[in-house]
Parts: sequence; structure tokens; C-alpha cells
Amino acid sequence: MRPFDYQRAERFEHAAQLVGEDGTRLLAGGTNLIDLMKLQVETPQTLVDIGRLSLGTIAEEGDGLRIGALATNTATAVDPRVRRDYPVLARAILAGATQQLRNKATTAGNLCQRTRCYNFTNIDQPCNKREPGSGCGAIKGIARLHAVLGTSDQCIATYPGDMAVALAALDARVEISGERRSRSVRLRDFHRLPGDTPWRDNVLDAGEVITAVTLPAPVGGIQLYRKVRERSSYAFALVSVAAVIGIEENRFTRADLAFGGLAHKPWHDPRLAELLVGSEPSLALFDKAADLLLEDARGYGENDFKIPLARRTLAAVLCEATGVEP
Amino acid sequence: MSVHLKQDKPDTRNVLDTMAQGVIGADLPRPEGLIKVTGTAIYAAEYRADGMLEGVLVTAPVVRGEIASINEASVLGMPGVRAVISDKRMTGRPAQGTAGEAPFQPAREVCYWGQPVALVVAETFEQARDAAKRLALDWHGTGDAPLDPEAAETEKDESTRKGDLAHAMAEAAHTVDVTITTEGHASAAMEPHAALAQWDGRTLTVHASLQMLKYNRAELADSLKLEEEQVRLVSPYVGGGFGSKLGISQEVVAASLAAMQLGRPVRVVMSRQQVFQTIMRRSETRQRIRLAADAEGRLTGFGHEALVSNLPGEDFAEPVLQSSQFLYGGDNRLLKLDLARIHRMTAGSVRAPGEAVGVQTVEQAMDILAEKLGMDPIALRLRNLPDAHPAKGTPFSSRKLAECLEEGAKAFGWEPRPRAPRHTREGEWWIGTGVASAARVHAVVEAKARVTLRPDRTALVETDMTDIGTGTYTILGQIAGEMLGLMPDDIDVRLGDTDFPPGSGSGGSWGAPSCGSAVFLACEGLRKDIARRLDIGTDDLTLKDGLARWDGGETALADILGGEPLDCIGHFEPGSSIEDATVSSFGAFFAEVAVNRWTGETRVRRMTGAFGIGRVLSARTARSQCLGGMTWCIGNALTESLMFDPVDGHLANCDLAEYHVPVHRDVPALEVLLLEERDAAASPIQAKGVGELGLCGGAGAIANAIYDACGARVFAYPMTPDRVIAAMPDI
Amino acid sequence: MAISINGQDYPLPADPRTSLLDFLRREAGLTGTKKGCDHGQCGACTVLVGGVRINSCLSLAVTHEGDEVTTIEGLGTLAAPGAMQAAFVAHDGFQCGYCTPGQICSATAMLQEIAAGWPSDATEDLDAAPALTDAEIRERMSGNLCRCGAYPNIVAAIRDVAGAEA
Ligand SMILES: Cc1cc2nc3c(=O)[nH]c(=O)nc-3n(C[C@H](O)[C@H](O)[C@H](O)COP(=O)(O)OP(=O)(O)OC[C@H]3O[C@@H](n4cnc5c(N)ncnc54)[C@H](O)[C@@H]3O)c2cc1C
Ligand code: SF4
Ligand code: FES
Ligand code: FES
Repeated sequence: MRPFDYQRAERFEHAAQLVGEDGTRLLAGGTNLIDLMKLQVETPQTLVDIGRLSLGTIAEEGDGLRIGALATNTATAVDPRVRRDYPVLARAILAGATQQLRNKATTAGNLCQRTRCYNFTNIDQPCNKREPGSGCGAIKGIARLHAVLGTSDQCIATYPGDMAVALAALDARVEISGERRSRSVRLRDFHRLPGDTPWRDNVLDAGEVITAVTLPAPVGGIQLYRKVRERSSYAFALVSVAAVIGIEENRFTRADLAFGGLAHKPWHDPRLAELLVGSEPSLALFDKAADLLLEDARGYGENDFKIPLARRTLAAVLCEATGVEP
Repeated sequence: MSVHLKQDKPDTRNVLDTMAQGVIGADLPRPEGLIKVTGTAIYAAEYRADGMLEGVLVTAPVVRGEIASINEASVLGMPGVRAVISDKRMTGRPAQGTAGEAPFQPAREVCYWGQPVALVVAETFEQARDAAKRLALDWHGTGDAPLDPEAAETEKDESTRKGDLAHAMAEAAHTVDVTITTEGHASAAMEPHAALAQWDGRTLTVHASLQMLKYNRAELADSLKLEEEQVRLVSPYVGGGFGSKLGISQEVVAASLAAMQLGRPVRVVMSRQQVFQTIMRRSETRQRIRLAADAEGRLTGFGHEALVSNLPGEDFAEPVLQSSQFLYGGDNRLLKLDLARIHRMTAGSVRAPGEAVGVQTVEQAMDILAEKLGMDPIALRLRNLPDAHPAKGTPFSSRKLAECLEEGAKAFGWEPRPRAPRHTREGEWWIGTGVASAARVHAVVEAKARVTLRPDRTALVETDMTDIGTGTYTILGQIAGEMLGLMPDDIDVRLGDTDFPPGSGSGGSWGAPSCGSAVFLACEGLRKDIARRLDIGTDDLTLKDGLARWDGGETALADILGGEPLDCIGHFEPGSSIEDATVSSFGAFFAEVAVNRWTGETRVRRMTGAFGIGRVLSARTARSQCLGGMTWCIGNALTESLMFDPVDGHLANCDLAEYHVPVHRDVPALEVLLLEERDAAASPIQAKGVGELGLCGGAGAIANAIYDACGARVFAYPMTPDRVIAAMPDI
Repeated sequence: MAISINGQDYPLPADPRTSLLDFLRREAGLTGTKKGCDHGQCGACTVLVGGVRINSCLSLAVTHEGDEVTTIEGLGTLAAPGAMQAAFVAHDGFQCGYCTPGQICSATAMLQEIAAGWPSDATEDLDAAPALTDAEIRERMSGNLCRCGAYPNIVAAIRDVAGAEA
């Protein structure tokens, strides 16, 4: 870990002001940032500890719910409103990491957690995300964790988190505050694809701070989070599916689906809902949905399996939600 | 006083059974338990020394090359940095188990990615860690570095030929010919490798995390060009070893050199990533199994060929075929082991080298054969137990394999029937069961221990033997207690210090039978002396609860001692008793799994293991060793795999987030049966090893259960979801 | 300002890079808390901060100014072991002992979490109070690796304590 200047932000304005400067990083729960600082993947000169700011509230707002940027993953997952109205979110959080980590991890930190690509975390390996222009060590290397959708020839990393996949299905928004302006973006647009600038994970600009995530009014329905992983707990997703499903008279009235483990961002393809809503659930229909989802999927050897696995996991979730028997 | 035994004959006296204290084999708590659960047990990195410096290893980001220069100036100006150590005596690899000599030197000749080449020493850990990352190195390549075992040059390591296997295969009523692969494994002991070295100008004292101090002392002395007498190693508590701490590793030598050069104590703790990148791996294997059987399922041919790998210059070749030599019969035999020379970190012993990957493949092949024959897989195994070692003809000293299969089946609730997959589904999950035999060769090595009977009705046991979680403190106390008529609470067992008599070290499951025998012999010596003092025959002496009894008399031990301690050194050496017979532990595994029809995720729902390990010295720690082994079976079958980059050979998943050892949730209720057995040839205490048997074959039971559940025959371990769905007939 | 560890105050470290784990093990001399990976991947460093379990390796000591930290040393002593510690001995819930302090801290917090009604990935019904089943215990303890494989005995120890409390 490089030496750094430690600053504890006492007020939000203070943090916003500090974080505008080069080489400054916000410290929330620290479970990702400190990990990466030990590896010298992250080398901030100034660390702004926002842990004591009062950004942790979970409160009703309009018809929806506002989850503060510093609410811990635990606080969100145990919140009775989240459990009742947004169970897919509680499920996704509980499927991630461990109780110890969730007790520290925060909403904003979780959204901004960086990829688990093996080359990214090893500073002796080439990686365009960590060191622009150094090459991508994963494309010809070990790409087991890597993306099959939305990749570029610069980077094939995945966004590793679970919570954001549920937030994408729920169509949540991210509240962002900067020195000059505040804005709100759809979670579905918050993370980026790697393109030619793989070092940018999301749309945050320098000096911007996440203040909250807001959830729209509850939609009910059947909410499922299915995470396929290599061990039964404490492992990142190979593939995950968040589903918010409405069924009436044996037809889909809602089919909000988002996928983890497949891309540089929680993957949401609006065409799936268009296909499903109004149709009668059937295996053939689920297969069609998978065809759409995976139309442009491309494997890199090691991760080829994600394509059939995504298809099967999607079918599993839709069967569970609709009661269709294979 | 001392007692020496080179065991050339089986010891059928079963002396421990004739004692009166009743503690041998008993289910008693570990004496060091409270120390461990209160956090007061001190592990290597936790000792303190005045003026201690912190060292962090620097590793080379190249697979093969020569370090041309180390730019010390790049870090010497940093705050707190005191030195960069790159002495020619630094070691690039760990020592193999029982090497007793320096491992590969000098470190500057890089043979695998991530090899330690220097040590940065600073006042604080934070300073040293930062500087180590920033030390600038220059290197030049030194030639090709083959990375792929399938493409590399191979050497023949071992082969056994008998009859004509090809002919037997051609003639057989039923045959199986399968090729199965296993990936590399890491020991991944929870305590990272650590050493704290102190040099007083003449003697070097190192607190380190090591399994076999007698050998380690010789290895360290040889590395540093010191006399053995100048080196003292201390390891009373070791946070797991599993082979990774058999030989000294790079941090021990580096810390020692730094301490000697700087005249201050130096502590070096490997990062978890460094442990993965530089410590022994278990080789990946490619195994071909051929079985030829007649119409009744009697084997006429047995073939097991394996390809394993290691670095150039290393003798060790994962002994995959070890138990295949004698587990099943078949007159026509071909067993062949080839060693590929590649540039991955050193391959060496990881818990149960050989059988940990060699038995499960044979057990998968047996399952396939049973299916072809329409036979119950247990019946097939029972039909093929050879009367004696198929190649050498030596009889089995004892073999509880049939009993383990039968008793285990009963406990597990095994349904004897031919296998036909996909018989049971619960929702999305296919349910199935599988069985496998267990086998692990027995080994004992020379060991010494001193036992001192003290006038206060207590005894002291001293040996440089270690307890790496295996239960050495417990069993030595129970052996001495039984022999001397004391409760184990009154036995003070001291381990892990080269100032004590040299024991066997913990490795190869030989610790208990070897050191246990040394303690036993010492106690026999003490008993003889007591009998002599009482003027009675040793056989007429009963020791119980601190009293000596004989026909017509009784006196307190303390009185016999006359206020003076009485000690004896037991010295055990293996002899021809283990050469004249086939000595091995055996057992059986039963597993029930659920396989998800969609995702191929596999969960082990329950598992039973039945084992014959000779005399059980402590029911509690023996059971725990088996639980540990069975947990490893789950990791071996489903999750564990070292992944090497095909381009530059570095280990990609070099941490505990991505190298998946089983977590709590992966491990269901596990049942352990220990069958009564005495193996007179194995050791004078009739005990065999237990630490490794529990993982020798069990992954095969899980593989067979996966097939029984969902119909997927997977021929690659670990059986991750992708591999299972690829082999699974539809949904 | 200071950090309170097991009821005793310790001054903050001079170097802000010091993790809470290294602070405990070095500065405070409390080596009961173990370092298995230093990256949040094993749970050996689990301690309670304000009663909540966290991985002390991924937390900077300076951020804990004013916090109350409880380590394994605060849960019992050789002379007076805590209930969970005694149960681990009784059920052989350890082998090498290296993951053990983390397991015990974790288990202690876990029972409180179940009592508080926190759900887990193994909880069937998110709205109901979670039951203390083996499946729940295993999922909730999955942040603590044990390479020795003492898991079944750890579950037995925890059940024993939970039963006694219930
Ligand atoms: C071993 C391990 C396993 C894990 N498994 C999973 C898993 O299965 N699923 C999963 O989803 N996650 C998993 N995680 C990741 C974990 O969830 C994240 O580390 C955590 O959510 C990050 O939150 P934090 O508050 O600790 O972030 P920090 O480490 O504090 O910050 C992370 C990043 O977010 C930035 N940041 C923080 N707050 C703000 C803000 N308000 N505005 C703008 N930027 C901000 C920081 O500057 C930093 O760059 C795992 C982590 C570990 C170590
Ligand atoms: S996939 Fe992306 S993160 Fe991984 S090495 Fe390539 S550029 Fe780096
Ligand atoms: S040392 Fe903190 S989780 Fe491993
Ligand atoms: S007791 Fe050794 S790792 Fe758990």
C-alpha cells in the first residue's frame, strides 16, 4: 500500500470538494478499495473517509424507497420494506459475499466495486483497465470469469456484483451529487461497457459522489434472484439472473430481467420484456428469450460455457416463476 | 535410559490393550484446546522480539530468466527501509518433504512465475510491503519455458508390467478404457508461511511454521552453510500444513539471512498470493484407466497410466499409482507414470500425495464397469480384492476394506442394486448416490521422544514432532497416559522445538505411528525400570491412577521414584515388518448428491466414511482427521483447481477468493465409522496413519453419485457446473 | 482519540495504512485475531465492532476512532472461557486452531443476528423469523474458511450453545 493522506470528511460538502482533486478516492466500507490498495491496483494520494457522513438512511420517498449511499448491504437486506416490497434486492444482496463483508459494504461502494479479473488485480500483468494501453491479459489468458456480452477488444471484464443486478431489474436510479450539479441516472445506464475506455467502469465524473439509490414504487409480482457459482456460498457469480415477473391469466404482464456475470455491467436487454409480456409462458418462449439475449454473445475459450449456462439459468428462473415444467 | 527398536517383526503383543488406565483410543478433548479457542496459542508470526524488522519478499514477474540486476537504490531511500537482501544463499523453491538439504539456490535463477528473488527489510510492515512492490528488477530470458504438460518432454518415472494388458482387454467380456484429468491443487493451509529469525552471532533461532523440524533444521543449516547445531527451530503451533510446510520454504531462509546480515530479528510473512505462487502445488494429472473383466466381473486386466509434472531438477512425481498397485486384482497389469518438465511452481506433497487424485479415477472406472456388468458396485469391488499384493505377492498385514464397504453401506443406507441414473428428482434437483473405496499406503519413519516420569504424579513428553492440527498433543498424551497409568491431563506434552529429541515430523500420515511408537518405547523402558525397582516382572506390573500394582502389592509411583524424575528416550526405527507385508490403510466412502438439472450445480447432501486405520489412538482426533479428509474430497470433486495462464505461466487464481476451498455451506453432515483393527506390522502400537486416508477416493464417490443422479459421466475434476452440464443429457 | 479494544483504550496508529487487523496483532499485542489472507477472503480476522462482525483486515485502524472492538481475547480467557469457546473444545470444533478465533467471533455474532431476525441466503421466507437450522448456520458461517475441515464439529458446537441459550 502506498502512503496516502487520510482525511475524514465531517460534512458532505467537504467530501465533494476533496474528491474533485486528482489522486483522491472516497473510502466507504473499504472492502474493495483497501483490498485493491494493498495490491497497489489503487494508489490514491488522498483518501477521503466518508464513513461517518449521515448518508446511511433508508427512507420512503414518494411511492418508492431511498437507500442512502452509505447504508450497509446488511441494513438494506434486513430492512422490512426491502424484504417485503423488493425481495429480489434482499435476495441479491444476501447471495453476495459474506455477512462480515456485507456488514461493512455500502450501497455506493457496492455499485463501484471493481472487476475481479485476475489480471486486473495482479500489477505484474498487462491490463488496459488498470494501465491503459498495456494490453489485455485476459483475452488470450484465463478468462473464466469474463464477459460474453458487450465486450471490446480492449477489455472483457465483468462487473462482479449482485446487488446492482437486482437494481437493474427493478429499474432503480442512482442519485449523484457533484460540486456543480446533482443528477440522477438509471442504474441500467450507470455502468458502462468497456469500449475503448475500459478504465472507466461507470458514468461518474471526477468529483461526483453517489448519495443514494432510489427504488420506484413496489411492483409486487414474483421476484427471484438466481446466482450460479462454483461453491455454494462466498463466490462470485458465474451467471446470475434477477427477475421481476408478473403473470395474469397465464400471460406475462411484467418480465423485468437483468443478468450478472455476463458483461461489464448488469445486463438488461429491453427486448426480452417486449418478447415476453403478453405471451403465454412456455419452454419454447423461454428459448426464444435466450436466443435474443445471447444473439451477440461471444466466448473467449475459457468462458464459452457461460453462453449455455445463461440460457439454462434463464429457463430455470422463468420456469420457477411461471410453474412451467420442462 | 533409552530404548531402541528397529521393527523387523510384527508386534502382536498388543501391549496397549493389556494396560489398565483405559485412556487409549478414548474420546477425550485436546489438551491444547483451551489455548487455541481463547486465542492464546502463539503461531510463528506472533512472537515478539526487541528491535524486530519486517521483511517482505519480492517476486519475479517472469517465468524463466536470470535476474541481472536489482536496483536497490529504487527503494533504499524510502522511509524505514533498511536493506534489500539478495544473498546468493536465498532459495528460489521450497524444499521437498524429508529432503534434509538445501532446496534450489540461487533465487536469482528464475524457473517459475512469481519466484521470490529478494527481500526488502524495513522498520514496519507497511513500509516493507510498499517498498517490495516497488523494487526495480532487471532480468534476461534464459531459454524456452514449456508451460503445457501435454506438450512438454516427459521422463518415465515408474512402471510395473505383468502379463499382457492389451491382450486381456481384447479378450475380456467387459472393458473400461477412460481418461480422466485432475487439476492442480494447493494446500492452502490457513496460516500463511511465516518465520521470525534471531541471530546472536553464533546461534540462529527461528520461529517458523513447519511440519518436520528434524529435516527442516538440516535444510536450513545447509542453505546457510551453518552447522546444524547452530540452528534452532521452534514451531509449537502450526496453522495447518497439508504438505506445504514439509520442507523449509523461501521465507525461512530469507528471514535468517536478513537477521544474520543486519544483526536484528527479522520477521517475514508471506502474503496469501505469495503462498499460492511459490509454495508446493499438487501436480495436475492425466490418467488413463483400463479395466478388463470376465462375465462375472472378475478383473483380468488392470491398467493405470498417469502423466504428472514438475519443474526441471525436482525428483518428486505425484505418486498417482501408489495404491493402484494393490487395491484390486487382475493378472495382466500395466502401471506407468510419466513426468513432464514444465515451468510452474514446484510440485510436491499436498495432503495424501498420489492417492488423493489416483484413487478416485480408478473408482470412477469401477463404477462404469459395475454398470456394464449390471452389478451392484459394492459387489464388484468385493469380488476383486486380491489375496496378496498382485505384483509382489506380499500378504496384507491387515485390510478392513470389505468390512468398511459392508459396514459403511449399512450405516449409509446403501441400496444394493445395479446403477441406473436419474431415478430420483426433487424439484430441480436430481438425487443420486455413489460409493468408492479408500486406500492409502502406510509409512513410518525414524523417531525419538523423551518421556520423563516426575515425582508429582505427572509425566513430561518431549519431541521435536509437530502438531499441525492432527492431534499429536492428544495422542501422545493418551499413549503415555495408558502406559504409565496416568490421566492425559497429567501428561505435559511439549512439541515443536529442535532442542527436544528428533521426532518424525508431521507428514505422510506417519506422525502418529512413528512418534507414537517412540513414546510407547520410552514408556516401556520406564515400566521396565519400575518393575526392576519393585523386583517384579514387567508383565506383572499394573500402572493405574498413579499407583503401581502387582500380585500382592501396591505402591504410589511417587514412592518408587524416590523424589527423583525418571526419564527414558524411545527410539523407533522402521524395519522389515513393513517390507515383508503390504501395509496400507483402507476404507470406503458413500456420498449422496443433488445435481441441479438446469445449472449443473452439485451439492453433497451427506457422506459416510468407514475406515480401518489400525489402532485408534484417540477417537476424537481420528474422527476429526477423517472429517477433514472428507471435506477435502468435496473440494477435490467439485471446486478446487489451480488455473495457469497459457501465455506466461502465472497462476491466475492465486488467492482464497478464486481458489475455491470448500466453505461451511459446501459441507453437509459427515458420518465417520472407525473399524476396530490392530495392524501388528504397521507399528509396535498397531496403528496406521489416518490423516490422509479420508481424502483418498472420496471424490470418486461424489463423481459416481453425480452420474447416478443425473446421468453425467464427467471425466474432469473438479466437476464444476459447466463440466456437469456439458456431460448431462438434456435438462 | 483512541480505539477501545475489549474495554481498554489504545491510541491510534501513526501510519494510516495500518489495518485494524495489524493494529490488533502488533500495536495492541492481541495476536488471537488471525491473518489468513489479508484480503477479506477467509474470515480468520473476524472481530466485533460495536457488536457487529467484520473482517478486520479490510478496515483501516484510523477509521475506528471511538469504536468498541471485541476480539477473541474479549470473549473469554483460559481461566474463564466463554460458552462458545468451551463448546468448540467440547465438540472438537477446530484442528490446527488458526481459523478458530475468527470462527468463534463469527458464531457469537451470528447467533445475535438470527435472534434479531436477519435473513440469510438460506432463509426460505424473507418475511418470517429465520430458524436456527443447520442449513442456516452453514450459510451464515460461510465467511469463515476452515481448511482443516472442522465444519461439522463447528456446527455442533454452535448448536450446543444456541440450544443452551434458547
Ligand atoms: C472476498 C470477497 C467476496 C465478495 N463477494 C461478493 C459477491 O459475491 N457479490 C458482490 O456483489 N460483492 C462481493 N464482494 C464485494 C463487496 O460487495 C464490495 O467490496 C463492497 O460492496 C464494496 O463496498 P464498500 O462500501 O466496502 O466500498 P469501498 O471499498 O469503500 O469503495 C469501493 C469503491 O467505491 C467508491 N465509492 C464508495 N462510496 C462512494 C460514493 N458515495 N460515491 C462514489 N464512489 C464511492 C470508492 O471510492 C471505491 O472506488 C466481495 C468482496 C470480497 C472481498
Ligand atoms: S479483461 Fe479488462 S480488466 Fe481484465 S485484463 Fe483485460 S483489460 Fe484488464
Ligand atoms: S485475513 Fe481477513 S478475511 Fe482473511
Ligand atoms: S482449524 Fe485449521 S483451519 Fe480451521
